Amino acid sequence: MRILLQQLVLGLLLGGLYGLAAAGLSLVFGVLKVLNVAHGELIMVGGYAAFWLATGLGLDPFVALLGVIPLTAALGLVLYAGLFAFVVRFDEETRVKNSLLVGFGLALTLHALAVRLFTADERSIPTAYGGQTIVVGGLVVPLARLGSLGVALALIGLTHLFLARTRWGHAIRATAEDWEAACLQGVDVRRAYLLAFALGTGLAGAAGCLVAVGYSISPAIGLEWTFKALIVVVLAGLGSLFGTFVGGLVLGVAEAASALTLGGPYREVVGLLLFFCVLIARPQGLFGRG
Amino acid sequence: MLEVEGLDAAYGELRALSGVSVRVGPGEIVALVGSNGAGKTTLLRSIAGLVRLRAGRIRWDGEDAIGLLPHRRVERGIAMVPEGRRLFGRMTVEENLGLGAFTPRAGRERAGGLEAVYATFPRLRERRRQLAGSLSGGEQQMVAIGRALMTRPRLLMLDEPSLGLAPRVVEAIFAVFGEINRAGVAVFLVEQNVRAALALAHRAYLLEHGRIVGEGRAAALLDDPQVRQAYLGPLAVSR
Repeated sequence: MRILLQQLVLGLLLGGLYGLAAAGLSLVFGVLKVLNVAHGELIMVGGYAAFWLATGLGLDPFVALLGVIPLTAALGLVLYAGLFAFVVRFDEETRVKNSLLVGFGLALTLHALAVRLFTADERSIPTAYGGQTIVVGGLVVPLARLGSLGVALALIGLTHLFLARTRWGHAIRATAEDWEAACLQGVDVRRAYLLAFALGTGLAGAAGCLVAVGYSISPAIGLEWTFKALIVVVLAGLGSLFGTFVGGLVLGVAEAASALTLGGPYREVVGLLLFFCVLIARPQGLFGRG
Repeated sequence: MLEVEGLDAAYGELRALSGVSVRVGPGEIVALVGSNGAGKTTLLRSIAGLVRLRAGRIRWDGEDAIGLLPHRRVERGIAMVPEGRRLFGRMTVEENLGLGAFTPRAGRERAGGLEAVYATFPRLRERRRQLAGSLSGGEQQMVAIGRALMTRPRLLMLDEPSLGLAPRVVEAIFAVFGEINRAGVAVFLVEQNVRAALALAHRAYLLEHGRIVGEGRAAALLDDPQVRQAYLGPLAVSR
């Protein structure tokens, strides 16, 4: 029983990062109607940015986060202007198809570049508190991962506040619902797209930084993180950032439970199984608006 | 104020507008009348900048407006209430109205604009924290009109504002159009309810198969037997 609970705690901690990873993907898909399958590679890039900031400049990874977010958001601006701005000119169905092609190309490119620049070795940011844990009711909680969960939740909260309270946040939500109607209010929809995309990549970068602290990164992690994020987006549905976060926690816990009861190899299967079940029973997602 | 000349628009092979010319002067109410599929919505969307044109000119305050993106036209005072209202259903009434004040010019007058909208539609003040998607059809139309007014327009284009509304609500909304116009806003009205539209408007255009087939003073058109036959139904002729 204790082992099960221990695994569930670890699953919950990982699930928070799933939620953060999915939040960026969900935002971009919800607003631009573009599925960026290179989202996982952007997480990977964020991880390396954090790694070099931490090891190169000797920054604490949680401080490096403050640099990683603007860096990856800026990368998002460049990628949008260079690639995705051409995709959003089409109607919605064509957008999704074209964005898949563009996204796969981008994913392969970023992966190959990372292997070239950083080698294929696994890396993780060493910290003084890396091995520290706290014990709650007999359950061991790694400190760095607990911090990551808190940061992930805080970032989701900040993003939510931006969307709920600010002028451009409202413009982005309006554009997500009906871009033509948003135009008619005087919203420059292309700028709303640009902002939402940069916000999405910034969140991906933040997730990457946290992955590099509590877990490890390598050029190959991109696809796996894209899958996790996609599963969570389908699981949670579009339209609620906190719903997405909870979806991430659900996936993390489900994976942990299945790894323990069915065996490690089944951990990847349970996510896909959840994916199918949700698509069949509740296609708008657990928290999505039908 | 608004001058449209020789507008051609098409959806693929399908010609929607051919050589359409209309003008709306300051402070005017102009109705655009025609059967379904005549191209009325396409014309309004062209003026708003949502349709790519094949040919023609749109001048606003004497300046070429063809190259202006839709949000720039809103900044310059052209507002549109689209067909079907197109509210942001997952946002509250007040957030919807606030989006109307998105441009810096309208944003400076946001508070006063909100007060004016709530004075015109008191029911919206009661429902301002409610999600727009949860309102009745009439209330949604009020939000759509209020949202357009929040942009501080000099020209308000309305696409089928009475569609799906109860007759009493339609009457109230048409009275509001009169008020808006008396406050100095020009109105360009597309309407199925031809009788009400012609009763309100100063001038009107008849659009059929993408071409302007008639124009004149609204009162004169209302008395024209051919117009009555075509748009007000056979019963109207005998009345």
